[in-house]
Amino acid sequence: MAVHPPEAKIWWNEPVAKGELLWVAVAFLWGVVMFVMMIWWHLEGRQNLSTEVYRIDPELFRSRTEAFVERHKVGEEGNTGIPVARVPPGSDAYMLARLWEWWPVLELEKGKTYRLHLSSLDWQHGFSLQPVNMNIQVHPGIEHVLTITPTESGVFSVVCNEFCGAGHHQMTGRIRVVEPGRGG
Amino acid sequence: MAAVATGAGGLAALAARFRTCPVTGLKVDAAAETLIKANAVAAVVFLAIGGFLGLMVALTRWQGVHLLGPDAFYLVLTAHGINVLLLWIIFFEVAVLYFASAVILNSRLATPQMGWVAFVLMVLGALATNWAVLQGDSSVMFTSYVPMQASPLFYLGLILFAVGALIACFVFLGTLVIAKEEKTYEGSIPLVTFGALTAAIIAIFTIASGAIILIPTFLWSMGYIRHIDTVMYKLVWWGMGHSSQQINVSAHVAIWYLIGALVLGAKPISEKVSRLAFFFYILFLQLASAHHMLVEPGLSAEWKVFNTSYAMYLAVLGSMIHGMTVPGAIEAAQRARGYTNGIFEWLRKAPWDNPAFAGMFLSLVLFGFLGGISGVVLGSEQLNIMMHNTLYVPGHFHATVVAGTTLAFMAVTYLVLPLIFRREVMFPKLAKWQPYLFGIGAGGISLFMMGAGTLGVSRRHWDITFSDAALGFDYPGAAFLMLGLNGFFAILATVGGALYVIVTVASVLFGERVGPEGPKTPISAAQAAVVAASVGKYGSAGTLHLPGTYVLITVFFVSFVLYYFVNWKYLSELWPMG
Repeated sequence: MAVHPPEAKIWWNEPVAKGELLWVAVAFLWGVVMFVMMIWWHLEGRQNLSTEVYRIDPELFRSRTEAFVERHKVGEEGNTGIPVARVPPGSDAYMLARLWEWWPVLELEKGKTYRLHLSSLDWQHGFSLQPVNMNIQVHPGIEHVLTITPTESGVFSVVCNEFCGAGHHQMTGRIRVVEPGRGG
Repeated sequence: MAAVATGAGGLAALAARFRTCPVTGLKVDAAAETLIKANAVAAVVFLAIGGFLGLMVALTRWQGVHLLGPDAFYLVLTAHGINVLLLWIIFFEVAVLYFASAVILNSRLATPQMGWVAFVLMVLGALATNWAVLQGDSSVMFTSYVPMQASPLFYLGLILFAVGALIACFVFLGTLVIAKEEKTYEGSIPLVTFGALTAAIIAIFTIASGAIILIPTFLWSMGYIRHIDTVMYKLVWWGMGHSSQQINVSAHVAIWYLIGALVLGAKPISEKVSRLAFFFYILFLQLASAHHMLVEPGLSAEWKVFNTSYAMYLAVLGSMIHGMTVPGAIEAAQRARGYTNGIFEWLRKAPWDNPAFAGMFLSLVLFGFLGGISGVVLGSEQLNIMMHNTLYVPGHFHATVVAGTTLAFMAVTYLVLPLIFRREVMFPKLAKWQPYLFGIGAGGISLFMMGAGTLGVSRRHWDITFSDAALGFDYPGAAFLMLGLNGFFAILATVGGALYVIVTVASVLFGERVGPEGPKTPISAAQAAVVAASVGKYGSAGTLHLPGTYVLITVFFVSFVLYYFVNWKYLSELWPMG
């Protein structure tokens, strides 16, 4: 029994049943397939996390985001007072996370590619783009540059999905995606 | 110290320390027995507290009920994680370590005094951290990611608890040394002890990681250190946080083998293969910190791919091996006892009314199908983009830690009560239903949280209606249905958990004492003798015929492959990014 020492003292020389060996082989090969799958997706897949990352002082990130908003502001989101920045296709967009908001609201064009800069000014936050369901961790002091291409138009929400204290559940943001050439 | 008292003069005293178990024939050291009892009782107390808190979490996330306010919710969620994921499980594991060393090896326990020091430290640490959380200024979740800060007492309690657990690991290792030296067994240690040794080795790695990160974090909370790097914190913290779940895996797999052995006389179909599978855990499970870093900035893709896959899924290979050898050993034992008709007579006629067996088999199935498959999918680098920090994550680990580990620990309790506490199990009818209620409840919780997570619902979130957010958002209606169902199954699991606590506490306090002829239920000396006599010798190649097990693992494998590729299909529909 499994609560007794092995019956054969030299248990490591006991032959192994064929069926058991077959299962070990199948399980091992499946592991290889899954391992290769991740590498293959880096080569052929279109959803990979960017590794373009910089250390940055949170104050500097804040001032860059504010300058970006000043350049591209086209209005405010409803009556919230939150600025909406219309990002020229192919260029850099900034979104900062802080207790408890994602700022500013971005307006992107469907099918165009953007460099999205994400960072936090205080604690860790979770960038959860809904209902697309893309989720990226955001750290203070680290600027993460993602290259993203919206493939559908509409209003998308950014939910914070890293717990960040008492107002965590109020922390939302927004990305508007419009048809090409229909800005505004 | 006890180790000193083993000179010739101490021999008589030593003999008095032992009794012989009427069921297994094992010699049981009284000091080990008392320590097993103390740790098991502490474990059940924290399970009762943490389980109740978990119900409150589920009833808050059920938007129709929405029980707690936001501050209370985040506090209760923090306390829930600490009490069940850490305290219940580690206390129980310490009991398992003492059992698998002293009792199974017929040995005395090394330095029982140090065992008590460990116990006291663990209890003090547990109380300190709970106290800090109850103060309301340490609602930082179990993970306590910096730079969010808890009170110093929060970290200090965790450190004390970890030091206690570390001492317990060394008491276990010391007992192995004594047993070997005093030749209390022949040949190699039994498989169950080998599994416990795996758990202890991983535990030492885990606790070292915990010390490396929690001590500086404690000093930081006191103001002595200015900055803790946020990425480094996560990397090292998860060296503790995830590896500690691998202690659970090793421990509950050892318990699967243990219950199979005690209830059905099951022997490993191959000692070599089963031990190799445990050995893979030791070598590769530690890499799992990466599972929590897959959508983190600042780590290379190569690092993520290698670590998240445990160096090409070698630890997953270990689990897939146990997934075949555990039911295989049971099938072989049942066939040897004459249940040879068809493919599944051995399974149909298994002792399903014995809560130890029922709990063990449900734990095996739920852990494999729900916990194992979801874990691999969640831990695939790019797939994690669709799941990170959604409810899919707690869905996954409730399948592993609740339906897998906790249910296995509950199942083995039905053997520990008669064999160690020497009390008959009270309310046997309730005990019979307990594993089913808890297993189905835990399975439902896991499934519906994973479902909500697939729809994007965030974990650790008080209000997914965003009623007081400046920018509103609506999750799909199905998400609310999932959370309602999660609440319903949490109630089922709570009833199952409460039954477990009631049966256990009542049996320990008021159960009929087991006489010298041994217990009557759920395991008896007579039954054990029948088991031992009928199974006979097997374990070598060529004598095994396990068609039922092959059908089971084929179903498992097909489900695994299909679900894996369905998720890559979903991923390909996301916005392109790079």
